[in-house]
Amino acid sequence: MSLVTPSGMSRRHFMGHLAAGAATLPALDFISHVKANAADLKRRQKACILMWMSGGPPSIDIWDLKPDSKNGGEFKPINTKGDLQISEHMPKTAQVMDNLSVIRAMSTREADHGRGRYYMHTSYVPTPTVVHPAFGSVVSYELGSKRKDLEIPAFISIGGGGSSPGFLGMTHSPFLVNGSGQIENSDLGSVGLERLDQRLRMLGTVEDNFIHSQRGESGQAHKDVYVKAVNLMKSKQMDAFKINEEKKEVLDAYSGAPAQGGMMGGGGQFGRSLLMARRLVEAGVPFVEVDFGGWDLHANVFQTLKTQRLPALDAGIAALTSDLKQRGMLNDVVLVWMGEFARTPRINQDVGRDHWANSWSVMIGGGGLKGGLAVGETDKDGISVSSSKSYQPGDVWATVAHALGIPLDIVHKSKNGRPMKLANGGTAIQELIG
Amino acid sequence: MVLGMTKMNFTGWLGLQTRFCRPTIVSAGLVVAAALALPGVNVGASETFTTGSSDVIIQEINNQIRQTWKDNEVDPSPVADDAEWMRRVYLDIVGHIPAVEDVEKFLGDKDKAKRTKLIERLLDDPGYVRNWTTIWTNLCIGQQTPRRVSREGMQKFFREAFGKNRPWKDVVSDLVTAEGHYEENGATNFLLAQMQDQDDGAQMTAKTTRLFMGMQVQCTQCHDHPFNDWKQDQFWQFNSFFRQTAKVDHRRFDQKTGRMVDDFSEIVEKNFSGPVYFEKRSGLMKVAYPAYFGTEVNPDESTDRRKELARLMTVGERPMIAMAYINRLWAHFFGFGFTNPIDDISTHIPVTHPALFDRLSEEFVKSGYDCKQAMRWIANSEPYNLTSRTTKKNARDNPAIGEAALFTHVYVKPMSAEQLYDSLIIATNAHKSGRSGWEQAESQRHAWLQKFVQAFGTDDGGESSSFDGTIPQALMMMNGPLVQDAVSVKAGSHLHDLLTGKGSENQKIQRLYMTSLGRMPTRPELGAAQKFLNNSHDPLTVYQDLFWALLNSNEFIINH
Repeated sequence: MSLVTPSGMSRRHFMGHLAAGAATLPALDFISHVKANAADLKRRQKACILMWMSGGPPSIDIWDLKPDSKNGGEFKPINTKGDLQISEHMPKTAQVMDNLSVIRAMSTREADHGRGRYYMHTSYVPTPTVVHPAFGSVVSYELGSKRKDLEIPAFISIGGGGSSPGFLGMTHSPFLVNGSGQIENSDLGSVGLERLDQRLRMLGTVEDNFIHSQRGESGQAHKDVYVKAVNLMKSKQMDAFKINEEKKEVLDAYSGAPAQGGMMGGGGQFGRSLLMARRLVEAGVPFVEVDFGGWDLHANVFQTLKTQRLPALDAGIAALTSDLKQRGMLNDVVLVWMGEFARTPRINQDVGRDHWANSWSVMIGGGGLKGGLAVGETDKDGISVSSSKSYQPGDVWATVAHALGIPLDIVHKSKNGRPMKLANGGTAIQELIG
Repeated sequence: MVLGMTKMNFTGWLGLQTRFCRPTIVSAGLVVAAALALPGVNVGASETFTTGSSDVIIQEINNQIRQTWKDNEVDPSPVADDAEWMRRVYLDIVGHIPAVEDVEKFLGDKDKAKRTKLIERLLDDPGYVRNWTTIWTNLCIGQQTPRRVSREGMQKFFREAFGKNRPWKDVVSDLVTAEGHYEENGATNFLLAQMQDQDDGAQMTAKTTRLFMGMQVQCTQCHDHPFNDWKQDQFWQFNSFFRQTAKVDHRRFDQKTGRMVDDFSEIVEKNFSGPVYFEKRSGLMKVAYPAYFGTEVNPDESTDRRKELARLMTVGERPMIAMAYINRLWAHFFGFGFTNPIDDISTHIPVTHPALFDRLSEEFVKSGYDCKQAMRWIANSEPYNLTSRTTKKNARDNPAIGEAALFTHVYVKPMSAEQLYDSLIIATNAHKSGRSGWEQAESQRHAWLQKFVQAFGTDDGGESSSFDGTIPQALMMMNGPLVQDAVSVKAGSHLHDLLTGKGSENQKIQRLYMTSLGRMPTRPELGAAQKFLNNSHDPLTVYQDLFWALLNSNEFIINH
């Protein structure tokens, strides 16, 4: 499989430079030069942050408002820095919308939580014959495997449930961490590094003995996983999980520090997770998924949105976007916002909205994609896509693949040998990449 | 019909390889040779291997496997030494490694029939029932219990089935025809687990045929099978057997919370007659009536369709349920089955040993579907008693890369999560410490398994022969409380007893090896451990760390 690899240079590559360059440059200068370059390169590696709104967010109240329809509900649209309007309860995001676009013509047919989750993550509808990888696993497979300097997993999922790596294998399964960034069992506790090294030397003796016992590849595969786990335990990159190292202003900006103190319905967590995602991306992780739940709003939708979900969402997206921009990373990091589906335009008797997959919005930006656009549109009541084209999750992920430099003609093979097209053969959305 | 499926249509299969690539690459000569091997031909084994059992079926296995060695010009690996074989047969039959006392007793036993006697003992061990209950519960409902399914109910059903060694056809029949409360009739949980979606019984159809009949008809839900004879109508013919099935999810009022909460679920019969409708790819709607490989069933309301299906599933000399069971059992012991994958027995998948596969299936039926008897045949056979090490003369026998299995050595397989947990408990003597009651022990086990399986990601029940562990699992083994406890030197722990007991340094090192790996250390291993002891001012930590290393090793977790 040939790949255009956008990843940073490998350690070996640097060592080569070091050897070649040492003769011509004063050593100290050279090393600081290399270090600066390394940090810069790592920062400029391509990555994707998926904001996963589990439960199914009402995009009609966020990205595609219908103020003139009976389905419009309580919220009004406001102008943004981009060429589109969004909800009045997203004022901070409105100020960065020149960097972000909204695909308003999603039509995805799966309106069950489990099936929708699977479909939006993998681009494939669930079938009993094969388990498809979530797109994060695809990125781990295509980009993560090439990043030799990366000591932590290439697909990290913060605060959410797992998704399957499917036929790509367990190496590419999402590495789950909770919102506090604590990694279970990664702490040496009272054992200490010296003891760990003694243990690992003893382990090496037993493992190598078995590896050389003519029993196939499994023994080595086991050792490989342990090497990775130990690297992870010892890695400086683990610091990326420690968001408390950030300045208070930064933390506050991400979590939308409530003016009167007190938390906003767990919303502060979303911002903190996004901050962790930025740190992970900086460390070289190519795919981070951040879970933000509580969108299954069958009742009392406007009150919940206004007081809990949207303030946290607004603060998080705005802070992440400006932060990435300030750090010069926004052109390399794709942001995607979606849930398993959206919610009915019709408002039910409990002032809620039910499951709806027929016409809804996904937000996407960064990574060099065009910002400030609304792609496609829905009709005046929001009940169907009215533009000529509607989009599937495969089209969204194909757009992401394009931005990440993953060739769209890649075909993976399932365990039983069936060819599987990248993003189910979706095509990158022209308006965004154009 | 059934016969036609087991014999491979060779030219047809070859032709299809080019159209649609599967990873299974089989050397052509090999399969032809295997197909020509006649049952009962003695290959003239110079020295006849025996575990001490002299069943004619065991001879048959040995002869036919030897014939394919000869035909393919490979030599078998040597017979496994007692230590290697014992650990394997424990893991395969009772689901955990042997305790150190049992290892010592077995290695010291001079009885020539000790292997067959051990097999008998293990088949009567309570661990047998527990192990096979775990395996079939996972296969039927997955490692993570789906909504509205009772794991306890499913386990209870299998505990009784394996405890009484019920005929396999009765077990399958109970599962397929189950009705009623999910705890009163635990068999219902198999179908309940396949009723998660409103899918007109598609999942029930696919799972039943795959698990119990070794047929992967699921692709034919939507289109004709690309490379065998199965047509889309056949899927829906099978499916129509399940259309009288419905479930009722009961709810009840909870006094404490004042809310309605989930109560039990049950399977009930619903009125259904006539055909089912399905859509061809062309958009054309078609109908299918209940039919089992061409045997039509009265589609009236008077027919209990699932009962009819259960009856038809056992018709003939060699029904698919017998073949599917034998193939799964063979793969359980050897690491690979007669087909790869094991649950796809059809014309487009080559069979490694067609005559032997047929014969074993027929004998299984004749034995009255006796699950233990089938295990006896396999565990007492020569190939199962060989080492898992390859030699120069059989290194190419490597089904992991798609070659047809020749069974010149036993293929290694990673432990299941349950085998790993139960083995850790044995190795650390936690089962004898009596620190916690049965219920507490069960809930600890359950909690650990949940975490480990979650860290593993998949609950497809798919069998993997290669090690496919994850970083969280490795972390859990290295730093998790279970292993930390195991290497602690609390009073009553195995390590404590060992270190405070009598014996030289060498004896202590040997005992750690015997406890965890069921074998003595090699000379270099002994030397390495001694070096650590000599260089340390704290021998206690050296023993602890050695035990840690042994429990974390590939040799521990890979069933070889």
